[in-house]
Amino acid sequence: MFNNPARNDWMLLAGFSAVILCLPILLEPIGAAYPALMQKFCIFGIFAIGFNILFGLTGYLSFGHAAFLGVGSYAAVWSFKLFTMNAIPAIVMAVFFAAAFAVVVGYVCLRRSGIYFSILTLAFAQMCYNLAYSVLTPLTNGETGLQLTLNDPRVVDGLFFEPSAGLPRVDLFGLPISGGGYAGFYLCAITLIVCFYIAMRIFRSPFGMMLRAIKSNQNRMRYTGFNTRPYLLAAFVISGMYAGLAGGLMAATDPLVGAERMQWTASGEVVLMTILGGVGTLVGPVLGAAVIKYFENIFSSFDDHALHGVLGFLPNSIENPIVSFLSLFVGDGWNLTLGVVFMLIVIFLPGGIMEGLRRIWNLFNRRPGNRDAMPVAQTQPAE
Amino acid sequence: MPTRNVVLHVADVHKSFGGLHALSDVDLQVEEGTIHAIIGPNGAGKSTLLNVCIGRLAPDTGAVVFDGQVITGKQPHEINQMGVVRVFQTPEIFPDLTLLQNVMVPAFAKRDGAFRLNAMQSVEKRTDIRDMALHWLEDVGLAGQKDAIAASLSRGDKRRLELAMGLVQNPRLLLLDEPTAGMSRHDTNSTIDLLKKFKGRGMTKVIIEHDMHVVFSLADRITVLAQGRIIADGPPDEVRGNPKVQEAYLGGAH
Ligand SMILES: Nc1ncnc2c1ncn2[C@@H]1O[C@H](COP(=O)(O)OP(=O)(O)OP(=O)(O)O)[C@@H](O)[C@H]1O
Ligand SMILES: [Mg+2]
Repeated sequence: MFNNPARNDWMLLAGFSAVILCLPILLEPIGAAYPALMQKFCIFGIFAIGFNILFGLTGYLSFGHAAFLGVGSYAAVWSFKLFTMNAIPAIVMAVFFAAAFAVVVGYVCLRRSGIYFSILTLAFAQMCYNLAYSVLTPLTNGETGLQLTLNDPRVVDGLFFEPSAGLPRVDLFGLPISGGGYAGFYLCAITLIVCFYIAMRIFRSPFGMMLRAIKSNQNRMRYTGFNTRPYLLAAFVISGMYAGLAGGLMAATDPLVGAERMQWTASGEVVLMTILGGVGTLVGPVLGAAVIKYFENIFSSFDDHALHGVLGFLPNSIENPIVSFLSLFVGDGWNLTLGVVFMLIVIFLPGGIMEGLRRIWNLFNRRPGNRDAMPVAQTQPAE
Repeated sequence: MPTRNVVLHVADVHKSFGGLHALSDVDLQVEEGTIHAIIGPNGAGKSTLLNVCIGRLAPDTGAVVFDGQVITGKQPHEINQMGVVRVFQTPEIFPDLTLLQNVMVPAFAKRDGAFRLNAMQSVEKRTDIRDMALHWLEDVGLAGQKDAIAASLSRGDKRRLELAMGLVQNPRLLLLDEPTAGMSRHDTNSTIDLLKKFKGRGMTKVIIEHDMHVVFSLADRITVLAQGRIIADGPPDEVRGNPKVQEAYLGGAH
């Protein structure tokens, strides 16, 4: 029995697209169906998909990917300031500058592998972060962050429109992208679907196969006649471009960017998303991104007051200690929750959410020999 | 006897690790289309010699010439692209990939070269590569398990897999480091048959082996290494009768 892998891929893509486009309906019951949050899911989904092309396929763990996100954001905001409020040129610039930057960073960092590679990428990103606050202030506007102002030149827009009174909005041929409307969400959603499709093609390509082989045994690759360096660099640059694209979209939906976007915690977050969702799977990183962003949104909005509200039915002598314990994990303590969850995942479910889903699926479908008939298996690298 | 082309010339190679002379004054010529066996006791320097040939180690002095070109100092992938393929003593395969993928990867290297950014092509569409890989998996008798993950194989099967990975590249020079170690008698014999099948078809083989049955049923010429030096070199019958060899190797081990 041979089922057609190409058809399975199309079905996966169709299913994925349907879910993403219907998010406003699907997320209604859990109270997440507002554009500002949903577009975050999409943007971080793109970021994580790209990160997974590097980490999932080659095994090279970058701890500095937020730098590309930041570069993309800055490039996009500059495009808004200098040229036009249209989102397309901004996104193109974001991807371009992230790619150029990734070529340089990748060229240097890929001279080492394993932990040394990770540390080099981390050092690079921290360097960018610090430079953004110091020498590069003319480009980044330092601690205030780069934002639109009334006297930006916007040369292209100036040719066509009368400048409006207030700050203009990012638009896409008339559709308002910034400001948290549905147009912004759908721009991010469609971009995510395109990114997912490209990642799927890469996973199924000879190039993707070579990346997996490098992950499996890089020495063997060399003695097999492959120059592994350009393969790694290409993967690195592609994933940097994904990050730049995510940064560009972030700036398009909210044209204000500060250097903290490049901090190591931001780089760590995409690592968490990918591992939480399932390294090396196609859908996993998007799931991981959505789960983390969703719970961040819920947990960080909780405070003592809200906890007291929920636990108000308990007698005060019990309520108070419980609230003060739980308040460690909510609000600003959200990172603590994330850390604990992450530890549990790595220890008990190293394949992430995707592995969890697969195990659940197997529980209910214990027929022998149907391993590759299950839908989650299709999202796995072609085994 | 017609003189044949020398396809591999190891010229006065010396290699030491610290104070240990792993290879001293090794000078060796391998003729095109032959099967050349290298034997010697453990630690004689046989694997080190192959490491020097494929660019894993740089010799201290001397050079390796393949097909008239000096290959010392070249990158491993360049040496492979010239047509030199090595099968390792401890199997070097892709443990996380399936058997079919394990053989497809070297087939891609042969067809597409050292680097190609074919990220938008589909592996499924490369039936040429798939067929090549399947063909060799059948020849080594592993086609039935083509979708198994390579890590799950026994040591002997890993060796056969690696042999298929080497043969799929249709190398001009195949360097085999103990290709039958860990194999059953039956598999050893089928490996011997497989290697004989390509004799004289433009594929030269250098084979390191401890199993004298394998050596004497395959080799056209035998070089004996002991403590990093060549102590004998010649046709099998001559080497078998050589008293120095008896003393250093055959006598001691058997
Ligand atoms: N990379 C290395 N660093 C240090 N010493 C090495 C290295 N490689 C090999 N040696 C030493 O060089 C000597 C020759 O090793 P080599 O592996 O070539 O022997 P061999 O003839 O292949 O033996 P065997 O039959 O056991 O495979 C041994 O003493 C070994 O310990
Ligand atoms: Mg050896």
